[in-house]
Amino acid sequence: MLNRLTDSLDFQAQALNLRSERQRLIASNIANADTPGYVARELNFAQALKEATGTASSAAVLKTSQAGHIGGGADGTVASNRSAEANLLYAAPSQTNLDRNTVDMDRERASFADNTVKYEATLRFISQNVRTTLSAITGQ
Amino acid sequence: MSMMNIFNVSGSAASAQSQRLNVVASNLANADTVAGPDGQAYKARQVTFQTQLVGAQNDPTTAGVKVSSITEDQTAGRRVHDPKHPSADADGYVTYSNVNAVEEMVNMISASRSYQNNIEVMNTAKSLLMKTLQMGQ
Repeated sequence: MLNRLTDSLDFQAQALNLRSERQRLIASNIANADTPGYVARELNFAQALKEATGTASSAAVLKTSQAGHIGGGADGTVASNRSAEANLLYAAPSQTNLDRNTVDMDRERASFADNTVKYEATLRFISQNVRTTLSAITGQ
Repeated sequence: MSMMNIFNVSGSAASAQSQRLNVVASNLANADTVAGPDGQAYKARQVTFQTQLVGAQNDPTTAGVKVSSITEDQTAGRRVHDPKHPSADADGYVTYSNVNAVEEMVNMISASRSYQNNIEVMNTAKSLLMKTLQMGQ
């Protein structure tokens, strides 16, 4: 019964986790805007969220087809970390650079603002969910 | 809390950029120094950045920056014919430093913009974390 109450929260929690991961990734890109040879990374958010919430099988999870095979970890945290790493892509440079740095500052700043707003949205979803549950409990 | 690492990442970048600003400042300050008694004028310095993984494990998503080396520009200094100058050599030439003021100004603006970017990233991350702390209230 109790996990029914928290089931809807789980999805938002995973989304929040991935949002913070993406925020950190973009911060790394902005930090390395002047580092020679640095290659910008980007997270495939939709795919990572699908894998973290279990609606799609991760490409990075080891499949077991024989009795002696060792499978990937089944617990949520390990799987979500792995799926986030598997979905790390390399951003295609829009302009070439002499020092082979592929950070596009305009795009990174836009992604950062976008991710900030969506992180806050997820936070509000969680808060509202908790508030709804609380008001259902108090019955007023 | 994975977002706490943003402060390490952006902090390392801000510190690297401020070191770059420092180097620009000393280059500009020495733009007009002449060669000393050893005949060696001031040489312009340049910082080189390098990616540094600041996460607990070797996580490619937490990539900070460090200054890996400071190199001196080895091009010859500016030579001006001025026989009355106390530092003139036997041919009457004075050797100034090889600092290019225009290059340094461009470098300075670039460094200060990058610094501002990183500070803004930290401010945003801080406000997000504060809102996360108030979650569910």
